[in-house]
Amino acid sequence: MNTMSATIALAGNPNSGKTTLFNALTGARQHVGNYPGVTVEKKSGTYVNGDNKITVVDLPGTYSLTAYSPEEVAARDFLIREKPQVVVNIVDASNLERHLYLTVQFMEMGVPVCIALNMMDVAKTRGIDIRVDRLSKLLGVPIIPTVARSGKGKDELMQVVSSEERAMKNGPLRLSYGEDLDHALDTMESLIRPCTAVSNIYDSRWVALKCLENDQQIIDYMKSADSGLYASLKQIKDAVTDHLKKTLETYPEAMIADYRYGYISSIMKQGVMVHRYDENRLYLSDKIDKVLVNRLAGPVIMAAVLFGLYYFTFTLSEAPVAWLEKAIEWIGATADAHMADSLLKSLVISGIIDGVGGVLGFAPLIMFMFFGIAILEDSGYLARVAFMLDRVFRIFGLHGSSVMAFIVSGGIAGGCAVPGVMASRTLRSPKERLATLLTVPFMNCGAKLPVFALLVGAFFSKNEATMMMIITVISWVGALLAAKLLRMTLIRGESTPFVMELPPYRLPTFNGLLIHTFERTFQYVKKAGTTILGISILLWAMMTFPGLPDSAKEGFESRKAQIQTSASGGESIPSVVEKRDAEIKALEAEQSEATLRNSIAGRIGSSLEGITSFAGFDWRTNIALVGGFAAKEVIVSTLGTAYSMGDVDPEATESLRDSLASNPSWSPLSALSLIIFTIFYAPCFVTVVCIVKESGSWKWGAFSMAFNTTLAFLLAVLVYQTGHLMGF
Amino acid sequence: MKTISMRNMAVGQRGQILSVKADGEMGRRIRDMGLIRGAEISIQGRAPLNDPVAIRIKGFTLTLRNNEADLISVEVQ
Repeated sequence: MNTMSATIALAGNPNSGKTTLFNALTGARQHVGNYPGVTVEKKSGTYVNGDNKITVVDLPGTYSLTAYSPEEVAARDFLIREKPQVVVNIVDASNLERHLYLTVQFMEMGVPVCIALNMMDVAKTRGIDIRVDRLSKLLGVPIIPTVARSGKGKDELMQVVSSEERAMKNGPLRLSYGEDLDHALDTMESLIRPCTAVSNIYDSRWVALKCLENDQQIIDYMKSADSGLYASLKQIKDAVTDHLKKTLETYPEAMIADYRYGYISSIMKQGVMVHRYDENRLYLSDKIDKVLVNRLAGPVIMAAVLFGLYYFTFTLSEAPVAWLEKAIEWIGATADAHMADSLLKSLVISGIIDGVGGVLGFAPLIMFMFFGIAILEDSGYLARVAFMLDRVFRIFGLHGSSVMAFIVSGGIAGGCAVPGVMASRTLRSPKERLATLLTVPFMNCGAKLPVFALLVGAFFSKNEATMMMIITVISWVGALLAAKLLRMTLIRGESTPFVMELPPYRLPTFNGLLIHTFERTFQYVKKAGTTILGISILLWAMMTFPGLPDSAKEGFESRKAQIQTSASGGESIPSVVEKRDAEIKALEAEQSEATLRNSIAGRIGSSLEGITSFAGFDWRTNIALVGGFAAKEVIVSTLGTAYSMGDVDPEATESLRDSLASNPSWSPLSALSLIIFTIFYAPCFVTVVCIVKESGSWKWGAFSMAFNTTLAFLLAVLVYQTGHLMGF
Repeated sequence: MKTISMRNMAVGQRGQILSVKADGEMGRRIRDMGLIRGAEISIQGRAPLNDPVAIRIKGFTLTLRNNEADLISVEVQ
């Protein structure tokens, strides 16, 4: 297998250390994409050792190979269609028996398997001795002990993978699933084998087994490939199902699982594993759990952890955010000094530098936030959060696993609704999934953060962390109530299972954290650099053209001349010069404002002002909010462009934050109203497209835009008008 | 020896699974995690609101909702 095109797949349970091993093998040589047709993330990379170059594909983590989740289907399809040379199955040595359940399913499929027996160090400290040679012999597959965290064993693993390929080609494992099922399988196999449309792609007995397991994907495939054949298979299946139900009160799927576990435990009984301590003794992780998920201490600690994440993010990112702001100001000032006044200069400064710079300035904040989330995720604490919150989520017709989608979307501020909507795929019930993916856009995604950071910094600077916490609480409460509303009206239905592993606490690897953090930050910056640049230029054009009519321009010119004339003769008197300059400055500001108002964007903003004034928004805010449909961070860049164009002061060193704070048309109340509106109004179009894709209908995409905007407007009006009545 | 539903087990109590009355997706999820007839389990704890329940099986921890634990009968001492 020393060809350059060699491909291996990494497969294993979630929490088996698969991603850690993938990082150890490929380092930074990674590529993230999607499996064809589905939104499950596909990671691939290259392992290099001397002349040995191998493409490594990180399959989604699964417990099983049923067609039960899109992850499982993606993993299975990859194995069948792409035929990787070897499947490296990562098995947790400290949790051997359960992890072998997946291994057995790979062996049933007949793919060449090699086991990376990972976490040998953990097993050792737990007093578990594994006789690797004996286990390898009994299973008939090569086994290489590894410690993915330190990279131990990875080169030996790849050595075996490339040199002993033949040893792994054993053909499908033929297990016995009891007399009744074996008999049914034999008959079904003999029926399937002559149908080459099926047997050329799949192993016939495996297809028969999947039919008995009620595997929807295979069943659908068989129906379309040969409906007559499927009808006869179904007859056999129904007969044996009936028989098992009557005689043993069980189902074929349950029976098959029992025999798989039986096969594993028969191997385990042959002395492959020695426990030096009591198998059920409490490990450090369990002792930590006694405190962290404690009935009383648990929720308190959870709230503290989430608040701590905010504090960490905002305090530590202050300095780099300031540096970036300074750098962008400097670039703007340099361009200003070196370019002649022209449309191009306006485009460069107002369109490009202000627009992209305003967004990039927040990259450090987003990076720190992701770093914090990665720690919670990799340490295993996020699973505890789901465990503690499930009871609450169920009240709103959601699932404990919805927590993940909400958190990825920005439940801990700084996520993104796009992967959040996609994360809802792990939910099995279509109804809970739909409710989740329609409400996750209410979370504080990384793109809304700059908007909040700007407004909070300008108007609530004394209580920044508290205010951001309050914003998070508002978005959570709003999202949950909206979910409940949807589950009671448009998407009614029963709740789905909550069977989840609580992985042992692990110290995250620094390497893993960095890769995770940079990947996500890079994605944000990439989006900011491309989409935002385009939109920023488009908006600049909308705000620049068509310009003032000539008659209005002449009016301004003559007023300017008037000021000049009335001050003539007083050039040596400081007070007269000062007054004149101030008048000219005010006039120029007025002219720019008039120009903007007359622009395409200004006309849209002005025409909406009549309605939006109930929420305290003027036409500038309206323009910014229209831009926010494209991407929420555009709100900031548009406000930046709008204000720098309305204010001709060449000494534009005041940041947008300060100019908002000192602007008389802004108040803490209107800022709060805008914050509320930003939380709830229509998701960005990328999210809308994802919602359409995930829900399978444009109807839900359109619904989310209309529903969210209406809700946002009503809430903003409520806040603004109530605040007004109370005298704020 | 007596048989009770997993929901009624006390924290710290041990037992052996006697039957799992679940089919379809629910059944698959439960079986994938090793909750099958004959498996030894113990109750590790409960969430702050008493639901879901965390159980210990073969050296790792799983969580289930109470109404899902209802489907599992356990033989306890």
